[in-house]
This record gives sequence, C-alpha cells and structure tokens, in this order.
Amino acid sequence: MDATTSSGRKDFVLAVEGLTVSFDGFKAVNDLSFYVDENEIRVIIGPNGAGKTTVLDLICGRTKATEGSIKFRDHELTRMKEHQIVRRGVGRKFQNPSIYEDLTVFENLEISFPRGRSVWGALAFQRDAQVKERVQEIAEMVFLQNRLNERAEYLSHGEKQWLEIGMLLIQDPDLLMLDEPVAGMSVAERKKTAELLHRIIQDRSVIVIEHDMKFVEDIAHRVTVMHQGKVLAEGSMEWVKNDPKVVEVYLGH
Amino acid sequence: MFEGYTATELGSIFALQGFAGLILFSVFLLMALGLAIIFGQMGVINMAHGEFMILGAYVTYLCSQVIGNYAPALFGVYFFIAMILAFFASASLGAVVEWTLIRHLYKRPLDTLLATWGLSLILQQVYRSVFGAREVGVNLPQWMLGAYRVTDLIEIPINGLFVMCLTVLITIAVGILMFRSRWGQQVRAVMQNRVMAGAVGINTARVDQMTFAIGCGVAGVAGSAFTMIGSTGPTAGQLYIVDTFLVVVFGGAGSLLGTVASAFTIAQAQSTMEFFLSGSMAKVLTLLTVVGILMLRPQGLFQIKVRR
Amino acid sequence: MPERIAFLHRKDVIGILILAALLLVVFPLTLDSFRLNLVGKYLTYAFVAIGLVLCWGKAGILSLGQGIFFGLGGYCMAMFLKLEASSPENTAIQTTPGIPDFMDWNQVTELPWFWEPFHSLGFSLIAVILVPVIFASIIGMAMFKRRVGGVYFAIITQAIAAILTILIVGQQGYIGGINGITDLRTLKGWDIRTDDAKFLLYFVCCFLLLGSIVLSFFVQDTKLGRILVAIRDKEDRVRFSGYDVSNYKIFVFCFAAALAAVGGAMFTLQVGFMSPSFVGIVPSIEMVIFCAVGGRLSILGAVYGALLVNFAKTALSENFPELWLFAMGALFIGVVMLFPNGLAGLWSAYVAPRIDQVLGATRRRNAITPIDPAATPGE
Repeated sequence: MDATTSSGRKDFVLAVEGLTVSFDGFKAVNDLSFYVDENEIRVIIGPNGAGKTTVLDLICGRTKATEGSIKFRDHELTRMKEHQIVRRGVGRKFQNPSIYEDLTVFENLEISFPRGRSVWGALAFQRDAQVKERVQEIAEMVFLQNRLNERAEYLSHGEKQWLEIGMLLIQDPDLLMLDEPVAGMSVAERKKTAELLHRIIQDRSVIVIEHDMKFVEDIAHRVTVMHQGKVLAEGSMEWVKNDPKVVEVYLGH
Repeated sequence: MFEGYTATELGSIFALQGFAGLILFSVFLLMALGLAIIFGQMGVINMAHGEFMILGAYVTYLCSQVIGNYAPALFGVYFFIAMILAFFASASLGAVVEWTLIRHLYKRPLDTLLATWGLSLILQQVYRSVFGAREVGVNLPQWMLGAYRVTDLIEIPINGLFVMCLTVLITIAVGILMFRSRWGQQVRAVMQNRVMAGAVGINTARVDQMTFAIGCGVAGVAGSAFTMIGSTGPTAGQLYIVDTFLVVVFGGAGSLLGTVASAFTIAQAQSTMEFFLSGSMAKVLTLLTVVGILMLRPQGLFQIKVRR
Repeated sequence: MPERIAFLHRKDVIGILILAALLLVVFPLTLDSFRLNLVGKYLTYAFVAIGLVLCWGKAGILSLGQGIFFGLGGYCMAMFLKLEASSPENTAIQTTPGIPDFMDWNQVTELPWFWEPFHSLGFSLIAVILVPVIFASIIGMAMFKRRVGGVYFAIITQAIAAILTILIVGQQGYIGGINGITDLRTLKGWDIRTDDAKFLLYFVCCFLLLGSIVLSFFVQDTKLGRILVAIRDKEDRVRFSGYDVSNYKIFVFCFAAALAAVGGAMFTLQVGFMSPSFVGIVPSIEMVIFCAVGGRLSILGAVYGALLVNFAKTALSENFPELWLFAMGALFIGVVMLFPNGLAGLWSAYVAPRIDQVLGATRRRNAITPIDPAATPGE
C-alpha cells in the first residue's frame, strides 16, 4: 500500500484506506475504506463477525493492520502505539465495561484525566482543584456524582458503562469510538444513555457500533454497513435501509 | 584445539558428542511432553511436574526390586510393566491433585504456580522420608547392558539407544492422542471455547481432569524411562523444572512439533558447547541464548497467530 | 491525631509506629545478641517482600527472580568488604598477595577488571543499588515492551535466577563459586564481626527498612500507585487512557529490585558473607511466600510475613528438619487456597473491626482490597 498517495484531505478527521488484516489467512477486514468528517456521527452496523470490532481495534492500535492506512488528522495511526494514538485524541470504549473495579469512581476518572501520563508525571501528580472540578463535572454528566467514593466494583452494569464513557469524556477526545454502548442496559438506562450520547457528541466525531436500530436511527448522520470484512453499503440510514443487499444480509432477519 | 587428533578420532568424537546430544534431547523431550500437554494445552503451570516424573522413576525402582526378588523370570521385561504402572501412578496422583488443588485455581495462573510449588516441596519430602535422601538406581536386565559397536572407536550403549527409541514412540503416542483422538479434539475444543464446548455436551470439568492426569501420567512414563540411564533422588525433579519449562515455552506453547524442535535445538546446542567449554558455562550460554531469543520472540518458535 | 499526615493515613502511621517500637525497642531489649542478629537477617528479606507487594500485589507482576537482585546487592557489598579483607598484609601468605583468597586458590594471579572499582566504598554503595536496577530495567524493557507478562514473565525471571546461580557457581576463581564470598571482616577499618557492630548494624537495617516502608507508602499513595492497581485490573484500559503501560511496569520492577538489593547488602553486612544459595530458584520463590503470608497487598503485612516465616523456618529446622519442607509446602498451598490476602487480610477481616469497635473509631475506607479466593484473575 502506498500511503503517500490519495486523499489525506484535511477536512476528514479519519481516513481509512485499503485496510486489511488477516489472522492466519482469514481476512477479518478486507480492503476496507471509509472516511469520517469533522463532527460526524458514524454508526457501523452489520451482522456478527462482520469485522466491526476489529475495525475499532485497528484504529486504536490494539490490532496491527496487515495492509492499508488509517489517517487521523493526517497522522498515520497504523505505526503508532496505543497510548500515542490516545494522546493524539482518539478515545475508545470497549464492548464490556472496562473500568478499574478495585478503585473508586473518583480514582477511575482521575486516572483518565489527561495530565501526568509519564511515570515521573504520575509520581508528581497532585489532586488539585482543577482535577477535582473536572472529575465532578464529568461525574455529573454520567449520572455518578453521588457515587464518587464508592468502589467501581459495586456499580450496576449500566453505571459501569457510564463510568467508562465518563473516563473517555474526561480525556476530551476528538474522535470517540463506542462499541455497543447500550448493550445489556435496561430500558430506563438505555434512554438515559441516548440522552447522554446526544450531549457528548457535540463538537467531536464519533464512531459507534450498535445493533439497536431505533438507537441508530436516532443518532446516526451516516451509516456504514459491514459484511465479511468489507463495506456493503454506506449512506444515510434511510438510504441503507432500502438497499436490497443490506436487507438481505442484515436487516432482513 | 583440534591438534593431536586424527581425522577418524575427530569424527568419532563428534559422533559421540552428537549421540550425547541425542540422549539429552530424549531427556528434554520426555520431560517436556507431559508439560506440553498441561501447560501447552491447558495453560496450567505445574511446578510439581518434576516430582510426577520422579514418582514414575520410584515406581520403576520398586518394580525392579519386587520383580527381581519374587519373579526373576519376568526380569527381562519388567521395565514394560513398570512403565505402565508408572503411568497409572502418576496419572492417579495427577487426577487427585487436579481435583483438590488445580481446578480451584484455573482463573489464577500465578497462584497455581505457587500452589504447585508447595506441592513439589511436600512430594520431595515424602520421597525423602520413604526412599531416603540417597539416590537409587535400578538393575538393568541383561539385554540392556553392553554397547553396540559401530566402529572401533564408536560404541553406542544399548540403554541409551533404548531410551531414544522409547522417546520416539512416546512422542508419536502423545501426538496421536492430542491430534487424532476424540479426547484430543475435546481438549482443544474446551481450551478454545469453554462455554461453547460445554454447551455442545462436553463435560469440561472431566476433560480438564483427564488432561491434567494424562499429562502427569506421561511425566511418570518419562521418569520411568530415565531410570534406564541415570539414578533417582528426591530432588532430581526440581533440577530440571526450569529447563523443561524453557523447552516448552521456546517451542511455542501448544505446538508439539515446536516442543520436539526446541528440545532438539537446546540439547544439541548444550552438548556441542560442552565440548568446547566447561559444563556450567555451556549450560549458562545455552539458557541465556534461549532466554534472549524468547525476549525477542516471546511466542516461541512455533505459534499459531490468533485473534485476541 | 489528624486523619492524614501528608501521604500517610492515620492507620498507616500507627502501624509504622508499632512496627518501629517492636523493632527498635522490644526486640533489642528482649533478645540476646545472637537472636537479634537473626532478626536482622530476617528483616533483610522484608525489603524483598515489600518490593513484591508493589510489584506483585499491586501491579500483578509476579517475579520469581528477586533473589537475583538480593544477590547482586549483596555481592556488590561483599566485593568491597572482601577487597578490604584481602589487603596485602592480610594475604601475605598467598602466592599473589592482595587478591581475595579464593582467587589465589584457583590460580588467578591478577585482580579481574570488574573488581577494581570495588576498592571504593562510594562506588560500591552506588553499585549496590545501580547494578540491580540496571539489570532489572534491561529485563523489564525486553519483556514488558513486548508485552510478556503473567506466567511467562514468572518463568523467565526464574530461568534468569537459575542461570545466574549456575554462572556464579561455575566461576569459582572470579566470584568465589558455590562457597560465595566469605570471611568478610571490616568496613573502613571497623570490625563488623563484633557483637557491638552487629548491634549497630541491626539498627541501621531497621532504619533503612522503616525508610523503605515510608517510601513505599508514598509510592502507593501517588497516582502511580493507583495506576499500578489499574494495570493489574484492566491493562488495556490503562493503555487506552494514554499511558505507556510498559514504563510503569519497568518502574515498579526496578523499584522492587532496588529494595531487594538494599536487603541483600544489609544481609552481607550482618551475616558476614554472600553466596549463590541466596540467588537461585528456591530462595527467590521463598521470598514470594514471605510476601504472600504477610498479605500480598499490605506493605506492613509483608514485613511480618518475612519475620514469621523465617522464625518458623529457624524453629522447625532446628528441631524437626524433616517437617520444614512439609510446613513450607503447606504454607504455599494454604496461603493460595485459603488466605489469599495473608495475615493482613485476616487482620482487616477479624482483628481490625474488633479494635475499631473497642475504640469506636470508623474503619478507614478501602483498607485492604479483598481477593475472592474463588474467582479473581491472577494476571
């Protein structure tokens, strides 16, 4: 893949081109290209095993691409380490809530606060007014302001999901990637989460993987449908919903 | 270094050195096979692996004593009886250990390591209390004594040759067991997806126990084979445990072919270097190289690339 | 008393003061000089155990090679002392006077180059810390940068401990072989073999240990300490919060190595020799059990663990040597299966609430993070 050619156009936040990853010959993602605009909310849908989560893994550096390029604001991500990608402004939420169960909610958020990230920085880190204010602010946003001193272990599943979203928000990423943010939530929690997402997607680009079509319709600017590691269709929800290929492999059943 | 030797002498020296390497290879491989099953397939660290081997060795020793005294007619073939008994002794102990200890710790690999280390200390002391602190050796049957003369200078001891053949047979048996039998299929199913394997009707707890027991049984057979070329003491197992783990890790956990290749490489490297350097330096250099390579290539020589 | 003094909670301050009173007052007043020296020896293992609390308990990195660093620290100290003991006057009867006796016995006629700098006390003291830390950082960089962790790390560190032992044993002429470096006499002319010197060295050891404890409490209370726990919990989440996880692991591994090295140096000073039998697989894994018995998450617990296990070891091996391995084996199994939080866990579960009841004080929040014996990932 020649990474220098073609569109590293400035107005794209994320440009994924010719992305391929193979596990022992099996191409989980196969020659995939898509572009995300500034402040766009992109939802990726598709049947299980289509490679959706793998795409997020590739963008955030968890999995190394076999071929292709991922450009974030013109910086090639495929050669960066995970923490460097995060520091560039890419945040990622995992499918299962990934929080530090042995620490308090406050400490969970504090660790995610983007300061003192080097070893010596962490040793010298002070819990000053700025940190406390920001933690408080984020905790209110994710409905956890009254639980700051509790061990995260004791939160409910939904609250854990919110905490992880809060941990991403405190980093204030330019590109936020959410993997099934409402999966496993109660109806009430789902509603609150949708509300929360609507608020936090202001001023940043978001990639969401989701199966809940109602939710997708609600938030998506554009939808990318993946199937067998490739893009099957892309466009507005209205557009992909009426694409016969999409109906056949995904929406139909 | 080579002056003063004729070409034939040099040739024989290398041949003998190569043979010593092959014996060491057999030793490493025999030890590693059981571990390749337990660590490679199950991911369980059994620090008491050496003690399971020693159990097999002691069973063989007891057999040689009993048969030698009470049924001398069978002495020529006692070893084969001993090997079967050794397998079942070690496998039964393995099953008990799995049931009482290991199964509670599957989710805590580091704690398994510490608990099995404790087990190894206890077993060592049991051996010492029962068999004494001195090393014991078995009496070899007549047909295993002596050597096979290849040339005037090269003599190959028959017991060494026997152990090598035995190693090949056991390796093939383990290979068939792991990759051709129904049990092997179930083991791999359970290791890849425990929940799904359980859902399709595999008794996963039983597979775990069987796997651990068979791995221990293979260790017992290995210990049995060792008595043919060396003596047995209560702490002999501990001496080898690090080498054994390095062989398995170096080969790439989960790959039987890798284990064979890595045992061969390490054994030949060590025995070749022993010719040039002192024994301890040869060992240091070999292990250091292995550790160095593992740092560069942590997945070992052979590893299937998997999706995380 | 206020709830917190700088980074120390009130409970920690009380704990440290009680330990200090025990070490500095109770033991010196009640034990004869032989027993006190023995306690001093046990305390050198407490340095290792504290390091393991941070490295294994907090960050989840089990090193089975702490003997390497204990030994390196001890050997650096021993090399200086040996050179001082091998002055040309003391070694006049040797074929080559002025070199350590074991070199002379092994037909080494010249001091090897790596011994030269150990003529200087300053260099030796720096080397006590620096050599093990550099060694640890090399191991750490090679392993953690490549994401080798868990049982693989444990096995590799164990292999390195084995290699180092074989190396030392094999190099009799250069570093004293299996006997180690023995017959150490004076430190800058001060005879360390007398009862008075041992008494003083005991106190030096205690103060260094208390200093290490306070330092470890400090590290534990910084954000770095919480990140270590976070790494044990969800390594990926830490990475995706913008941290280079490997650097944190290297740091805590080096920190534990430095503590172990100080312990090793104090061991050499108090016991008067250093040998490969403190480096290899068996001593290294025993050091882990000191930490586990005390409670892998408790800094103070580790000190008591080191003291208790060693008291038991001495008592049993003096009276019933054959029982010692059984006891040790049972300890490994018991502490893993039944008391994964060790003495500290038992304390905070059974004793501390009673004391609180009596005193009417509120229990400090998050005293000890409990480990459920049934289901906690070990890595």
